[in-house]
Amino acid sequence: MAYKTKTGALGSYDKGVIELDDDLRKYAFSNIFEVAGAAQPYERVAVVQNLEYTAEVVRAEGESPWYAAPHDEFAIVMDGEIAFSFVKLEDDQLPSHSGGAVRLGAKPNGPPMGKITARRGHQVLLPKGAAYQLAAASPSVALLQTADGPETVKRWAEICVMKGE
Amino acid sequence: MTVLDTKVVRLTTDEATGYTMFQLGSFTFRRDDYFAHISWPKGNHIIEIDRFLRATVRDIGWGFFYGWIFFDDVFGTTNHYGTVDVFAGSYDRGCKEAGIDFLETFHAEAVAEAFQAIAQDWISVGYDPLNAPLETGSPIGSKGPERTDPLLRAFIAADRMLGLPGDKPVRTEAAGFPINRAFADLDYDSPDIECAAGFEGQLHAINLFDHIARSDVTWNPSISAVAGGNICCVTSEEHMLPVIHGNDRNEWFIQLTDEIHWNIADKNTGAPRGRIVMKAGDVCAMPADIRHQGFAPKRAMLMVMENGTPGLEARYASGELKPYPVDFG
Repeated sequence: MAYKTKTGALGSYDKGVIELDDDLRKYAFSNIFEVAGAAQPYERVAVVQNLEYTAEVVRAEGESPWYAAPHDEFAIVMDGEIAFSFVKLEDDQLPSHSGGAVRLGAKPNGPPMGKITARRGHQVLLPKGAAYQLAAASPSVALLQTADGPETVKRWAEICVMKGE
Repeated sequence: MTVLDTKVVRLTTDEATGYTMFQLGSFTFRRDDYFAHISWPKGNHIIEIDRFLRATVRDIGWGFFYGWIFFDDVFGTTNHYGTVDVFAGSYDRGCKEAGIDFLETFHAEAVAEAFQAIAQDWISVGYDPLNAPLETGSPIGSKGPERTDPLLRAFIAADRMLGLPGDKPVRTEAAGFPINRAFADLDYDSPDIECAAGFEGQLHAINLFDHIARSDVTWNPSISAVAGGNICCVTSEEHMLPVIHGNDRNEWFIQLTDEIHWNIADKNTGAPRGRIVMKAGDVCAMPADIRHQGFAPKRAMLMVMENGTPGLEARYASGELKPYPVDFG
């Protein structure tokens, strides 16, 4: 038997259903591609919140600002192709806030560490101690495993299914 | 909470089937051709043997996971991270009202040892309860030769990220993990890593879909990336989750491919609340006050985001934390 694996993309996805005798807000049901499609490029829209931790959807399009976090982050490319560039931060450049990504004013001075080009299904380490920038030639989507931080955008009422349809 | 300081005991072996009966505390476990029979001082319960064994090996492999593992509506375990409750009817309204519910608490090692002994005796060559039903034989019938290969495998827990030097490896063809038949239609390329001189080993990326597609187990998550208590698990799901999971904290599902149907019920009573169908790209929280069971018509890739912060179970149980994750304001 030949199987057909169904994946989603920015312009092509099917959303599931949530049929519950319960307050649907408790389930915060959303869709990554729908959220990315409605977001501005490089807005980091939370779709997962586990107390201080989040997963954030990003629509990558053109070049992003430079970011850094006081901990490891991870990116999974869900659609398209994204290039991640890295710069090593000096000790006095390390972010001092508690968690999540912070936007840097410009590309930091420091030695370039290299670049990773990732496509659908690839998981990328955004290591602590490095600044990073995303770039995409055409609209692409990534899910960032991170923490609630200064760049986290929360618009739960807009992205979640609020009542039965 | 009294913790019984006891271990599994092998009782008699049935001459007709060849299977051994076991005792842990006040519970006894017996199997015949078709069923597992569980008895306790106030009651008895029967579970279809395939379902019982699929649940048993996962419960051990997960280290009893987070919270409640219901083998069915009646029997299961609750993880207290060091000790484990084994219960019958404690979260079933009918059993409660009939007064036959029963629960004993053991050291986790004792329950693991008991379940391993049962699985070893009750699983014969040709049957692998960690595989999808299309990929394995049947447990029905009398005892055959016991398996000598590991019954449990593939709960891979990365410390930081899969594939990093010194961390757990990703699955590969060379290591004996071919792409599963259900994911053979996808392309699997590698990320391009261009590392500047002096930073070798500091940049890292993997093909996570490739890793999941090579999984030789179902409903058995492995940890791919960890930042503090922020844990990313990935798993391949096919057929049905052979347990009903009642979490002791909020967790999140991210559907990576295909679709999974989830039945949702009240955690304490089992009363149905409805269903959720997740398709590729969907994200959904599983609140801490429900139990859920998944059904995957085709093998699917699922990501689970867990908060592994120690002590969370007590904060949820006390009501300090709400049983749902998002404040809509």
